[in-house]
Amino acid sequence: MGLLDLFLRSRPKGTANVAKERLQILVAHDRAERHRPPYLQKLQREILEVIRKYVEIDLNAVSVNYEQGDTHEVLELNIVLPETARHRA
Amino acid sequence: MARIIVITSGKGGVGKTTTSAALAMGLAQRGHRTAVVDFDVGLRNLDLIMGCERRVVYDFVNVINQEANLNQALIRDKRCDDLYVLPASQTRDKEALTKDGVGRVLDELSQSFDYVVCDSPAGIEHGATMAMYYADDAVVVTNPEVSSVRDSDRMLGILSSKSKRAETNDEPIREYLLLTRYDPLRVQSGEMLSVKDVQDILSLSLLGVIPESKAVLSASNSGVPVVLDRESDAGQAYGDAVGRYLGEDVPHRFIEAERKGFLRRLFGG
Repeated sequence: MGLLDLFLRSRPKGTANVAKERLQILVAHDRAERHRPPYLQKLQREILEVIRKYVEIDLNAVSVNYEQGDTHEVLELNIVLPETARHRA
Repeated sequence: MARIIVITSGKGGVGKTTTSAALAMGLAQRGHRTAVVDFDVGLRNLDLIMGCERRVVYDFVNVINQEANLNQALIRDKRCDDLYVLPASQTRDKEALTKDGVGRVLDELSQSFDYVVCDSPAGIEHGATMAMYYADDAVVVTNPEVSSVRDSDRMLGILSSKSKRAETNDEPIREYLLLTRYDPLRVQSGEMLSVKDVQDILSLSLLGVIPESKAVLSASNSGVPVVLDRESDAGQAYGDAVGRYLGEDVPHRFIEAERKGFLRRLFGG
């Protein structure tokens, strides 16, 4: 380690802060996932199947969200129908 | 009744077996009757780290299957009368550890020991879940590195949902963080996650910080738990961690880099 390093060391470098930021996001996501009921994915698929009997939509058009509060749980379904919905029945 | 401690991490190679050996030896040296149990069925290694690999006759699975009794399988440590090792089996049958079988063996150990240290295999499969199922306390061994921290967090999720205490709504497992392979110099230069960074993410009570140390490899080379190497930083850090586990107020060491003098910084060295 020489004189040059002494000056270089004065500004923050290294990748630890990047690691921390990435981990914070990832861990928050993992934890939210962990608290979701395990049936959500199946629920989403089955709802999609039912709607597809009547309207043509793709997988992303159905979103299933789950949130947990202190005293209540919210299951939110959001279904986006295409502008020109083609009726099948 | 013994206190059952699981040493776990999710990720492999972070120091679970080293930690199991060191904590078990540290507890036994303070006069607590301690058994350390290898749950890594198929990849037995604790006996090597403990230096008793040539004295293995019967193993954990033999005891579960009632092919041997517990006293025949337990290996008494030659350096410390209060320490016993229960080696893992080399069978490839991962299902050999049944929930009932493990429960029975831990119950029997509980009758004659103060502490039972369970050395978990890596991963979140059967062996790892068996190792933590009956635990009262968990030591989560983590390296200051992204994948290890993430896996530790996943392990915490499993501890709080799949353990016996969780299933029976008992008081939750007490969880501790043990940060290993810590390099204060690299932390100082911003290359490595700091103790605080890891604690911010995992929010666990800090049992100890074990510095990256040559003593760990040389201890495992010779089959001596590193806590017995009192000259070494890692050995002392494990000794401190044992004290903290037992409720002593021991200040953390080896977290700060040694300060170099101005001249040494200027001219290197």
